[in-house]
Amino acid sequence: MREKWKLWLLGFIGFILAILWLSPFYLMIVNAFKMKRDIFADTLGLPSAWTFENFVQAFEQLDFLRTLFNSLLISGVSVVIIIIFSAMAAYALSRNKSKISSLLFFVFVAAMLIPFQSVMIPLVAQFGQFGMLNKAGLIFMYLGFGCSLSIFLYHGTLKGIPVSLDEAAKIDGANRFQIFWHIIFPLLKPMSITVGILNVIWIWNDYLLPSLVIGGAGSETIPLKLFFFFGQYTKQWHLALAGLTLSIIPVIIAYFFAQRQIIKGIADGAVK
Amino acid sequence: MRNRDAAYWLFLTPVLAALILVVIVPLIYGFYYSFTNWNGLGTPDFIGLKNYLDLFTDKGFLDTFWFTIKFSVAAIVVINIIGLSLALIVTSKIKSSNILRTVFFMPNLIGGLILGFIWQFIFIKVFGAIGDLTGIEAFNGWLSTTDTGFWGLIILTSWQMAGYIMIIYIAYLQAVPEDLIEAAKIDGANTFQRFRHITFPLVAPAFTVSLFLTLSHSFKIYDQNLSLTNGAPYNSTEMVAMNIVKSAFTENDMAYAQAKAVIFFVIVAVVSLTQVYINKKREVEL
Repeated sequence: MREKWKLWLLGFIGFILAILWLSPFYLMIVNAFKMKRDIFADTLGLPSAWTFENFVQAFEQLDFLRTLFNSLLISGVSVVIIIIFSAMAAYALSRNKSKISSLLFFVFVAAMLIPFQSVMIPLVAQFGQFGMLNKAGLIFMYLGFGCSLSIFLYHGTLKGIPVSLDEAAKIDGANRFQIFWHIIFPLLKPMSITVGILNVIWIWNDYLLPSLVIGGAGSETIPLKLFFFFGQYTKQWHLALAGLTLSIIPVIIAYFFAQRQIIKGIADGAVK
Repeated sequence: MRNRDAAYWLFLTPVLAALILVVIVPLIYGFYYSFTNWNGLGTPDFIGLKNYLDLFTDKGFLDTFWFTIKFSVAAIVVINIIGLSLALIVTSKIKSSNILRTVFFMPNLIGGLILGFIWQFIFIKVFGAIGDLTGIEAFNGWLSTTDTGFWGLIILTSWQMAGYIMIIYIAYLQAVPEDLIEAAKIDGANTFQRFRHITFPLVAPAFTVSLFLTLSHSFKIYDQNLSLTNGAPYNSTEMVAMNIVKSAFTENDMAYAQAKAVIFFVIVAVVSLTQVYINKKREVEL
């Protein structure tokens, strides 16, 4: 009986906390449907008349489809090349047990300690000199910043894949690339999902690096465009909130479909 | 695979090229620039330790630094208490545990920039409305003073990061064997005693992981700082990362900013290495 009561109490506390956790989203969405006057008169209540006008205007101002496409393109391409190249590198490092491999692995792991701010100034200056401050340059930078953790995670998994598999394939006449691509890479799939999730979350949300690398109108990602948009409409909450709501929708959709993998990926990445 | 195999180097080339060009070369150049008067253009002149010496008398930078330390300490405490509490609720046998987990983790997926803007609205408009409604003065004028800016940042980061830390605690809590708890129950241990003597020691490694994750995360925070307070009022809520970005790209004082960045790097590296050291030590003990 006491156990039951305790569970009920815990459930109740959890429920209250969940309401509290979601309330910022609720207030954002509800106020995004209000007219300007309504937000000032009654911030906490429901809209006196629901309007879609804010969303229509924010959608146009954000150039939403193009901005979304830029974000999808940059995150997508970056994550795919991080997955493929990091898996290849981790494979080479794990199957070659020389001093060079240990040294390189150490360098990759040590690079995780370096905060972005301590390399950003020379990085931007040097890429600027070679005219590489564009999308391609940005994706290459994401490979540089993302590969360390990814190689570390793949390396851990590869240690558990027996070398006899490689040898069997070799006897059957497969070369290194075929062994990697047809035998090893498919076995790494669960780790590839984890690596993909961990990288897509920070790349999708990253603001500082793109703000330094891609300046040109029309090539902004969501955080970048939103920053300018918010600066422009800071006293006009009805538009700002509609823009914020729009920009969150893609993430919520992704979370809805893949929450299990996402939470598992986060746990795997953090605990290792 | 042998060292002289072409395949070995082919497999490594893409990431090596990226790491060298994106991280290692800029890091080395960064050290060099920090000893010069480089302003982003032209050839730099070597000026020795001047930038570093100037840092120690730069009140703006020292204030920023002190604010960041205070913020990190408060954030570590608050985030870990909330994160562990959420994990304990979610791992109990309540029916709603899956939904709660999903809800608590959600803010973590959204970028700090967007979350900061949302909370700017909450603190300014919603808190203001609550203040008007209840007549409680404390709800008015948020983000307009250093203190409310500080706690605003703490609330924002806790809301965002507690779910992440929760996931880490959950991973360790679920590894606590059920029969140990049952055995203690039969021996007459109450809920608190069971937590204190069984769960807590087994979850101890999670504390190291979470404490250091929150420390390095809050020390390096930028997006939330930019979108919630942007340093206002009068740069009093500006943190180190933002200070570096500003002096590099707003004031164009590249070499001086780079000296700050080197100091920043050293601190972050020392913190991370301490964690590695503690983890290794524990692994040996086990």
